[in-house]
Amino acid sequence: MRSATVFMLLVFWVSSPWAANDGTYDYPFDDTFVATVVGTPSPFRAELPDKIPVKTDSLTIFEDREVPEIFWYTDEFKYSYAVQDGPAPLVFIIAGTGGSHAGSSTQMLARAFYQAGFHIVALSSPTYENFVVSASSTSIPGHAFGDAEDLYRAMERIWGELKGDTEVTGFYVTGYSLGGFNAAFVTWLDEQKQIFNFRKALLINPPWRLYSSLSLLDRMIENIPGGVDNFPRFFQKLVRGLTEVYKKADRVDLGEDALYAAYEALDLKDEQLAALIGVVFRIASSNMAFTSDVMTNFGYIKPKNLRLTKNTSLAKYNQVGVRLGFTDYFHDYFYPYYKALDPSVTREQLIELMSLATIEEYLRENEKIEVMHNENDLILAPGEIDNFRRVFGARARIYPKGGHLGNMEFRDNIGRLISVLKQ
Amino acid sequence: MLISLDRVRSGIIALIALLGVAGCSTAPIEVGEPVAPEFPADKVLIDDQETVGQVISDPWEGFNRTIYRFNYRFDKYIFLPVVNAYETVTPDVAEKGIHNFFNNIREIPTLFNSILQLNAKKTAETGARMIWNTTLGLLGFIDVASGMEIPRHQEDFGQTLGYWGAGTGPFLMLPILGPSNVRDGIGTGVDWYVSKTIWEGMTDLEAWQDWTLTGLKAIDERANISFRYYETGSPFEYEYIRWLFTTKRQMDIER
Repeated sequence: MRSATVFMLLVFWVSSPWAANDGTYDYPFDDTFVATVVGTPSPFRAELPDKIPVKTDSLTIFEDREVPEIFWYTDEFKYSYAVQDGPAPLVFIIAGTGGSHAGSSTQMLARAFYQAGFHIVALSSPTYENFVVSASSTSIPGHAFGDAEDLYRAMERIWGELKGDTEVTGFYVTGYSLGGFNAAFVTWLDEQKQIFNFRKALLINPPWRLYSSLSLLDRMIENIPGGVDNFPRFFQKLVRGLTEVYKKADRVDLGEDALYAAYEALDLKDEQLAALIGVVFRIASSNMAFTSDVMTNFGYIKPKNLRLTKNTSLAKYNQVGVRLGFTDYFHDYFYPYYKALDPSVTREQLIELMSLATIEEYLRENEKIEVMHNENDLILAPGEIDNFRRVFGARARIYPKGGHLGNMEFRDNIGRLISVLKQ
Repeated sequence: MLISLDRVRSGIIALIALLGVAGCSTAPIEVGEPVAPEFPADKVLIDDQETVGQVISDPWEGFNRTIYRFNYRFDKYIFLPVVNAYETVTPDVAEKGIHNFFNNIREIPTLFNSILQLNAKKTAETGARMIWNTTLGLLGFIDVASGMEIPRHQEDFGQTLGYWGAGTGPFLMLPILGPSNVRDGIGTGVDWYVSKTIWEGMTDLEAWQDWTLTGLKAIDERANISFRYYETGSPFEYEYIRWLFTTKRQMDIER
């Protein structure tokens, strides 16, 4: 009932004469945590087609790769694409941390660009299970330049599959969150490889310095009362809260604004929302670290030289995985791996390398790269947002609110991202 | 009736026996000397810590995982192609009507389980829905009851057992039907049998007509479930599904 009232109010507000048409930014949530979790309620969303003719396909990137048997279902690289009838520009869309080519954010962008007349190709994040298993040369994601090489190789292969019957008038690249960060390095790489000669690159809410963002996300989970070890209890409490919402719901299906209704009914505090965000990223980091560890037989979570079968219970590895964060991954897995390749490399050097600052000159001088970001994005450390203003100047559009990607589906934002690539 | 229940029971006993046989071979294989990892599970996880999903009993995990893979293949090579073909040839309006029609039939278990749970409100609402949808809604093809704001409920015999205090029993992955547990598996069998008996009492269809309807109902059901096996991007998908299913059922019972 309450959610219905809120919904009516939102509809009223949107359709009312006071709804801003005067250039102010009327995304509904000021709070960064609320925006990040709830996103954009449907009355505020851009109008997009429900369905586009998107297809999923797969290909083998490394012919001689032996995939461990527990990954039998994901040994080929998967991607999705949708092509227009005639000649059109093609945009590559790169998913964010732990995100799939078929995930909701990636597909939302695909619908937006397809509607605007682009061919679209959606790629999973290099941190996504299928990418780690099938498309990463090291199977150790998180290296700015390494991930860009892997993405570029995958893009070339996909284009090889499509070019026979697709007429392309120009190439574009975009990505959100970590995918935006990846898109910057992919564009940089393209200057040398010159295969696509991207006309434009659009970075949506990227991290500036990877380690800063990952530390912030790791720390979110500390908002769980009693710390990480209380993770299961917190989770159960949250589920119990959701049960209450579910119980009160009149109908079996809460519909597309379920998250908003849950947020309203549970009256979640910022700390709880932060903990929730922490949990989501913790699940992503556990998936990524374990997948990578099994691929390399490094011995991070799984004992080295232990081969898991299709029927082996993996629960305890996940329970360890969710107790570790991205920073643990960096210090106890990622860094030792690169240290073994080059004993002179220090932790600090490796941390600073994984930053947009590494290619700052290039980003500053290159007119084709644009950024969309939010003043209150919670993946940025204090002051980092100013780096985007400083480096990109007029090519950075910084919104006053929206949290991390909360406003990506907001109609102004969709309008902006289409117009940037259409320039 | 008694004989048939016995048959159901003996079927379940046979299934459990099968589980006992198949529930092995989950051990990992040592290739060379195993080396303790950076974060060994036995050190990181202390016994008195609660852990997500640990409370769910799954003694037949090897068997369940085998069925899970079977379900993926069945989905991929048979079920989903059929569903896609169905969606292609059927106009959206017809699809919606057919879905409403089967939803009306699916109210049968909801009705008798609401009665068994002594829930007057759910019984009355479900009964009212069935009456309006079957008559005004032309055999259920039009969901007029939702238009009249009579809420739809979903109850089954597994929930009834849970309502009266039965525990879940071990987790169970059913062929084609997906995640379940011993209690809900029994519930599924009972719901199927009772619904079938009521349905046959009310209709006068040839066997092939009944089979066609059963097949179409299964297709309609799959078409309305967005879940796809092995597409979560998590190596722990089975563990998450097990946990989510168990939690969801818990919520359904409390509802």
